[in-house]
Amino acid sequence: MMRIALLMLTADRGRFIGIVTGVTFAALLITQQMSIFLGLLGRAGAPVQDVRQAQVWVMDPSQSAVDLDGVRPMGATALWRVRGTDGVDWAVEHLRVPIAVSLGDGARRSAMLVGIDADAWVGAPPTLVQGTWEDLRRSDAVIVDEDGATKLWRPNPDGTRRPLAVGDEVEINDHRAVVVGIARSTRAIFFAPPMWTTVERAKTWIPPQRRDVSYIVAGVAAGGDPAAVAAAITARTGLRAVTAPDFSVDSSAFFAANTGVPINFGIAVILGFLVGVAVAGLLFLQFVSENLRYLGALKAMGAENGLLVRMTMLQAVVVGAIGYGLGIGLAALMGHLAGGGTRTLAWEMPPWLLLGTGAAVFLIVLVAALLGVRRVITLEPAVVFRG
Amino acid sequence: MAEIIQVQGCTKTFRANGVETQALRGVDLTVNDGELMMLVGPSGCGKTTLISILAGILAHDGGAVRVLGEDLGAMPAAQLPAFRRRNLGFVFQAFNLIPALDVLDNISIPLILNGVKRAEALERADDLATRVGLRDRRHHRPTQLSGGQQQRVAIARALVHDPRLVVCDEPTSALDHHTGEVVMEMLRSIALKPGRGLVIVTHDSRIFPYADRIATMDDGRIVSLKSQETAP
Repeated sequence: MMRIALLMLTADRGRFIGIVTGVTFAALLITQQMSIFLGLLGRAGAPVQDVRQAQVWVMDPSQSAVDLDGVRPMGATALWRVRGTDGVDWAVEHLRVPIAVSLGDGARRSAMLVGIDADAWVGAPPTLVQGTWEDLRRSDAVIVDEDGATKLWRPNPDGTRRPLAVGDEVEINDHRAVVVGIARSTRAIFFAPPMWTTVERAKTWIPPQRRDVSYIVAGVAAGGDPAAVAAAITARTGLRAVTAPDFSVDSSAFFAANTGVPINFGIAVILGFLVGVAVAGLLFLQFVSENLRYLGALKAMGAENGLLVRMTMLQAVVVGAIGYGLGIGLAALMGHLAGGGTRTLAWEMPPWLLLGTGAAVFLIVLVAALLGVRRVITLEPAVVFRG
Repeated sequence: MAEIIQVQGCTKTFRANGVETQALRGVDLTVNDGELMMLVGPSGCGKTTLISILAGILAHDGGAVRVLGEDLGAMPAAQLPAFRRRNLGFVFQAFNLIPALDVLDNISIPLILNGVKRAEALERADDLATRVGLRDRRHHRPTQLSGGQQQRVAIARALVHDPRLVVCDEPTSALDHHTGEVVMEMLRSIALKPGRGLVIVTHDSRIFPYADRIATMDDGRIVSLKSQETAP
């Protein structure tokens, strides 16, 4: 009888495609919107993820997120106190200060000056496209982000624009800076492109301050637990110390909590779900309604409610499974074609999202099936004799 | 002569929106072994209600209804589907063939419901399709068949599991005279064997000659019961 149920389901091609399309679009909308949202959340923590050597980040106790809620510098003694904490293998300064860059044509653009450790280049992004980190030892040297180079464009003599390139000079707070390399960082949530130089030089380019340590990044001694070491740092210094993954998550959470982005994406996801319920549910109910005379005939011939319910559930599960597969497949394809997973599109499609979408689709087909099943159960077999 | 159906004082009242409609007002009826009984009468006289009760798909309120020796009023509701699928065959006015299935699949449904393996069910369905003259159409869908052919499929479906009682609701109403005669001859020849009975609700006076007896109903009662010596 299950074979008959499937044949009944697929015989009306138009309706079958309609129901599957409803589920497909629901799965597509939910997956696609959530993937972009998760991609954006991931970007909020990107500056943390790019400092790959750091296991623990130390900051002012009132600091919640990297870059997003500004920088509240610490005093110079903070570094020594962190280094003196049990379990800390090494600790270096990591400076992050928003700056304005003069490009020589009168234009000024925002950027993020990142001061990194000049001994082991802790804080440098993993990929260097042009130049070497050693080049940063040259006078006034700065390395520019690959995407940032296209944003910090220079005018050509003919009026066209070109990306900032190695050898170009710019001004940072009236200080000459020379581009010696191009690096590739994980794209962050905000535009300000990062420019890397040594911590010492960076401090000469920004206005002098009594407290000038943005962050301290630290490594944990072999076999140590980063979370325990972070707790020890906090206990010893009174500063906020968290593991790198936790700080990345905190930054994403800060972004989610302080912008309207989650609500906007949430509305789209809920709409996707409701569209799925409305389209798939109503079309499925219509499908069941139109088949009631046949189901009534089966019931008269001795088919029990349990069998008819299983047939109806199977039909719902099949349209759900096909719609789900098509939906997440289309979402993955759209993400791929739009540059998901690259620097262009914020896109993250973890396995748990696919499971979540599967649960939502299951709910949609469950609602659809229950609407149909209710009609099947309450169907009187005597209806077949009433014309 | 053994009795396939015994109905005594059967009553049925429908209640909807506070309005009571007495559909059966004490029906007495007997269908004998090997007998073709026709139920006739004007619309709303209770024919459909009675045939639904006889088929075990509608519960009666009062009186006694015994079908194939079973007291339907005493039978638990959960056992009725199994009773129907083992013992009853149905021919509906609108055929109710499943459009998605071909002729053989439609005919084999009662066998599948009775747990017969598909291969065997299709074999037996093929045999029935041949007997009703549809061997060359056995892989056609209902929409590819004429009304008469669809009704022959419906008859084959009603008989494929060799039921002891076949109930038919207006089996010829959608058919022309000649096709109606073919269908009735087929029903009589295949359905009426010893130990079996056939009940037909009809308005179609052209097929009255095929009945052994005709029960005329009016206002929820059987008002006349005539034997026919002329049944073919």
